[in-house]
Amino acid sequence: MTEPATTGPGGPLLIEPGMGMPLLQVNELHVRIGTRRGVVRAVDGVSLAVGAGEAVGVVGESGSGKSMMLRAIMGLLPPEAEITDGQVLLDGVDLTQLDNSQLNKLRGPRMAMIFQEPMSALNPVMRVGPQIAEGPLVHLGLGRAAAAQRALELMRRVGIPDPERRFRSFPHEFSGGMRQRVMIAIALSCEPQLILCDEPTTALDVTIQDQILRLLTRLCRESGTSLIFVTHDLPVVAQVCQRLAVMYAGRIVERGTVQEVLTQPCHPYTLGLVRSAPDVDHPRASLAAIPGSPPSLITPPSGCRFHPRCKFAEEDCTTDEPPLRVLRSGRATACLHYERTQDVQPLGAER
Amino acid sequence: MAGLVIIGIILFMLIAAPLITSYNPDTQNLNAILLSPSAHHWLGTDQEGRDTFSRLLYGGRTDLRIAFIAVLFPFALGTVLGSVAGYFGGWVDMLIMRLVDIVVAFPFFVLIIALVFVLGPGERSIYIAITLVGWVSYARIVRGEILVAKRQEYVLAAQSGGLSSMRIMARHLLPNVITQAIIYAMSDIVQDILAIVTLSYLGLGIQPPAPDWGTMISDGQNFLTTHWQLTTIPGLAVVVTGLGLSLIGDGLADLMRPGQS
Repeated sequence: MTEPATTGPGGPLLIEPGMGMPLLQVNELHVRIGTRRGVVRAVDGVSLAVGAGEAVGVVGESGSGKSMMLRAIMGLLPPEAEITDGQVLLDGVDLTQLDNSQLNKLRGPRMAMIFQEPMSALNPVMRVGPQIAEGPLVHLGLGRAAAAQRALELMRRVGIPDPERRFRSFPHEFSGGMRQRVMIAIALSCEPQLILCDEPTTALDVTIQDQILRLLTRLCRESGTSLIFVTHDLPVVAQVCQRLAVMYAGRIVERGTVQEVLTQPCHPYTLGLVRSAPDVDHPRASLAAIPGSPPSLITPPSGCRFHPRCKFAEEDCTTDEPPLRVLRSGRATACLHYERTQDVQPLGAER
Repeated sequence: MAGLVIIGIILFMLIAAPLITSYNPDTQNLNAILLSPSAHHWLGTDQEGRDTFSRLLYGGRTDLRIAFIAVLFPFALGTVLGSVAGYFGGWVDMLIMRLVDIVVAFPFFVLIIALVFVLGPGERSIYIAITLVGWVSYARIVRGEILVAKRQEYVLAAQSGGLSSMRIMARHLLPNVITQAIIYAMSDIVQDILAIVTLSYLGLGIQPPAPDWGTMISDGQNFLTTHWQLTTIPGLAVVVTGLGLSLIGDGLADLMRPGQS
């Protein structure tokens, strides 16, 4: 119960109680993308903290800025995008102030990334073993033989059968699940403190998805690695993460523990997300879709960005930009009238 | 396939030249000038009494050796500059591509001939001239391929692993894009052979008395009405070699295009 939550222009900087100094702290991050049709405000004042060994989920629909946020943290934005404001503090060092060669020393040994499509994220003409060994070779100062040895060991750890033989295979000779295991091995290869996952199981079968998630959580728990887990799949978040941030139109609209957010949403958008997920106990119940479509981030709606699609919207929602308000410790919402969501039972809340 | 057979036969004959013919290509025999083809001299002799068949083989050795070496320099230079331009973009790309535009603005042969003329005749000048003029095609090809490839997720993944730009270019991008440059190199050899023969024909390339197809065509010209084989045979050799290499290039392209692995 230490530092007070300071309130920036776009909401409080979240310092979790009892967490001490977080491993990663994103403060008021703004990312803009220049396009022909105008400037897209892909990430618009996002603050997020991840403690050591903690898994934080970020959910939101396509185009809500989740992936751009991850790439901004890694310092790997596409050339047309840039960070216009904000900080990304990893162990107190502001990554936005570092140049590419300084960042290169951190990418791999301090933070790593796992991608959605393992087939396209692996080099098609390079054998799998050398791809895993490359990180240790470059960052850990290992020789060729030692790096190869480490790659074999990693392949064993992520459950690739017969690693000695698979070492010389090409990515296309692996199944989707095995490829994602390779990606995890690459991400873990230099023992990073933080792994950023960009929908790592979306491209996989449900059964494989479960295996991969179990593997990932187990390995991260063993090594005390923190996770940021971006997805649009709520059950996956519930399985992997302790805390959850909901993103909508480039902003975080709600934050809290996974349990709290999924069972008692405090934002109409989260409520809509939870209610639109299918429920095993009521398989015939029709899903409640959120009406409308995500707003343009070139000319976002005035006031609350969700108000055109919100059934609770009031007059003030169209004019006042709602700040991310702390409700209680670790719990925050960016809804002016969040009380109204409390009366609605989120279907499929028992997760 | 046909290309491989043609080039295979030609290469075998050139390499085995000392076994196939017992005549030294440079030895003059003024008692036996301008002989017609016979059992002794399969293709006759030239105005200095040198065996034409022997000169054809040894000349081919020179021309093909220079062509195969000459293709490597522009290949390497163009690939490096093309990758740098494509990967980094921005002003580096601008600079390199404007250089390419300047070179491309001149016809290939005009520029080669002008360069060799300035540098002075000889093998070294040929290498320099072909490199300075030939790299542009490789640079364009590789740059285009890199522009597409660098948008692939595996490049982002490699960057997220903290690999340096050099390493990403050399180990991740180049192996994915180099096939196109290799295919082009096969047809580029043909152009290089033509350039070497042309230069020698003009007296700017291989210097006499060293045998070479260009010089042979040029020397034989004076006797075209009486001894047509002196000019026609080396000319045919150029055509057949070029055809064979082009066929190999086409075959290679078909082989490599459908799949990458």
